[in-house]
Amino acid sequence: MGMAEAFLDPLPWLIVLPLAWAALAFLGGPGRGGHLAVTGLVVQLALALALAGQVLENGARTHAVGGWGAPLGIDLLADGLAVAMLLLAQVVALPLAVYARAYFSEVAQTAFWPLAGFLIAALNALFLSADLFNLYVTLELLSLAAVGLVALGGKPMQVAAALRYLLVSLTASAAYLMGVALIYGTYGTVSIATLAPLIGADPPLAAWLAAGLMLTGLLAKTALFPFHFWLPPAHGGAAAPVSALLSALVVKASFYLVLRLALDVFPALAAHAAPILGVLGAAAILWGSWQALRTPHIKMLVAWSTVAQLGYLFLVFPLLAPDGLALQAGVMQAIAHGLAKAAMFAAAGVLMLATGRDTLAGLAGVAGRVPVTLFAFGLAGVTLMGLPPSGGFLAKWLLIEAALSHGQWPWVVVVIGGGLLAAAYVFKVLRQAFLLAPEDSHFHPVPRSMEWAAFVLAAASVVLGLRGVELMALLAKGAA
Amino acid sequence: MTPGLIYALAGVALFVLGLAGVVVLNQALRRILAFNLMGSGAFLTLVGLAQRDGGVDPVPQAMVLTGIVVAVAATALALALARRLAQGGHGDG
Repeated sequence: MGMAEAFLDPLPWLIVLPLAWAALAFLGGPGRGGHLAVTGLVVQLALALALAGQVLENGARTHAVGGWGAPLGIDLLADGLAVAMLLLAQVVALPLAVYARAYFSEVAQTAFWPLAGFLIAALNALFLSADLFNLYVTLELLSLAAVGLVALGGKPMQVAAALRYLLVSLTASAAYLMGVALIYGTYGTVSIATLAPLIGADPPLAAWLAAGLMLTGLLAKTALFPFHFWLPPAHGGAAAPVSALLSALVVKASFYLVLRLALDVFPALAAHAAPILGVLGAAAILWGSWQALRTPHIKMLVAWSTVAQLGYLFLVFPLLAPDGLALQAGVMQAIAHGLAKAAMFAAAGVLMLATGRDTLAGLAGVAGRVPVTLFAFGLAGVTLMGLPPSGGFLAKWLLIEAALSHGQWPWVVVVIGGGLLAAAYVFKVLRQAFLLAPEDSHFHPVPRSMEWAAFVLAAASVVLGLRGVELMALLAKGAA
Repeated sequence: MTPGLIYALAGVALFVLGLAGVVVLNQALRRILAFNLMGSGAFLTLVGLAQRDGGVDPVPQAMVLTGIVVAVAATALALALARRLAQGGHGDG
């Protein structure tokens, strides 16, 4: 690759750009960051689309950072799975940036934009990493930025949730790192492509131990039941745009890593863990939905719904097969939930601003005041319930199809039951919003851009179901 | 038993001690220290295991250096949060 070609490659720019606007936002001080972030994200979205076009046409490709290839330097890899996740990250982040500009005061924005930029840079770097150690570094960068965002408001509850989140996250990363140490000690490499054939079907004890440590660490970061305890206070207590970024993208990053490990590094070992992952996923769906039904707070409801929806992602593992159905279902669910949950948290933020309260009971009469937001909440709910034609419907349909083709019908019951529970908690919110407002209630005006940002995200999660074919074509582009 | 393996085993022991600390202790400062112990254990294992054949392998050393930088940053953030919490009067550290 020539000098000019290497310079025009979109791959490294997807990491450099967010770092650049994050640093500039920090230096520029109050009032500058929002503009830079929105501009940067528009360019990033274009770059991600260009990269998707390249991968669709020519298959997976690598980039040696600074011209130094592995093992001395760092290789980046863009295959179908990585590009699909990159697209999700940019598509979610752009409307949320527009939303955040209206949501935060100028003072709060000085801290928000640099942290959000570092978060996006860490995410993009994570999706593009091709070795286990680089993945560790990006995972840590992601956690540090996410914890900073949770603590943003500075209220004691938020700081306590941030500290708890940080300690869980650090312990989980340390377990992952120990796994990397064992892998390097055994095989002398951390490159995913080199490791896959080395590990094989009958690996030594050290590889088993490494896989166990790495997997457990990542499950804790993904907040899979029973590691979900840190998620509701962290996601439910943070500012709305932060909750949206965390629930839509950050937990998906560690899920992406679990998927990578199961597909490319330890396929034989993951097959042994798969039934346990499936059962934990089913437990997450039931427990998360039940808690969402019980909580009186809007944002806690949305946060518990994240615990439940993450469960679907883990039903994929017992169904992974060469036909690729389960993988498609998993990625579709990750993307559909990412869009829908970002929309739901954004909508919840608007509802709380409009009513000045954070409880479901306070929602009475809000339907007439912020109809666009309520419509966005309902559309996002359509995806979570899995109704056609949404992306959530497609994901759950593929899951059911995979389960039936393997004759594992209990998963079908879980998928359908989870959809019904989701319908129950979504309608609980909508029903309350359509009640008549009490005499003494008064509503605060909310900027239009916030309402429409929530709507765009929700609409994207529904329309996604109609663009499933393109996504499947992209996923078929493995790292050949 | 080679010196490299002794380091690695010591690393595993430190890691387990640290993990027990993070899980069992309930003061923020002690848990942050315990996390650092876990990290050091992982670093020691990484360097120790890679030295089995006598020679020095530079790659894990570079990794550990990177890891230490990450751990320092994470510790600083954790300490800042713990201090903020203690000042707020709702802290447990």
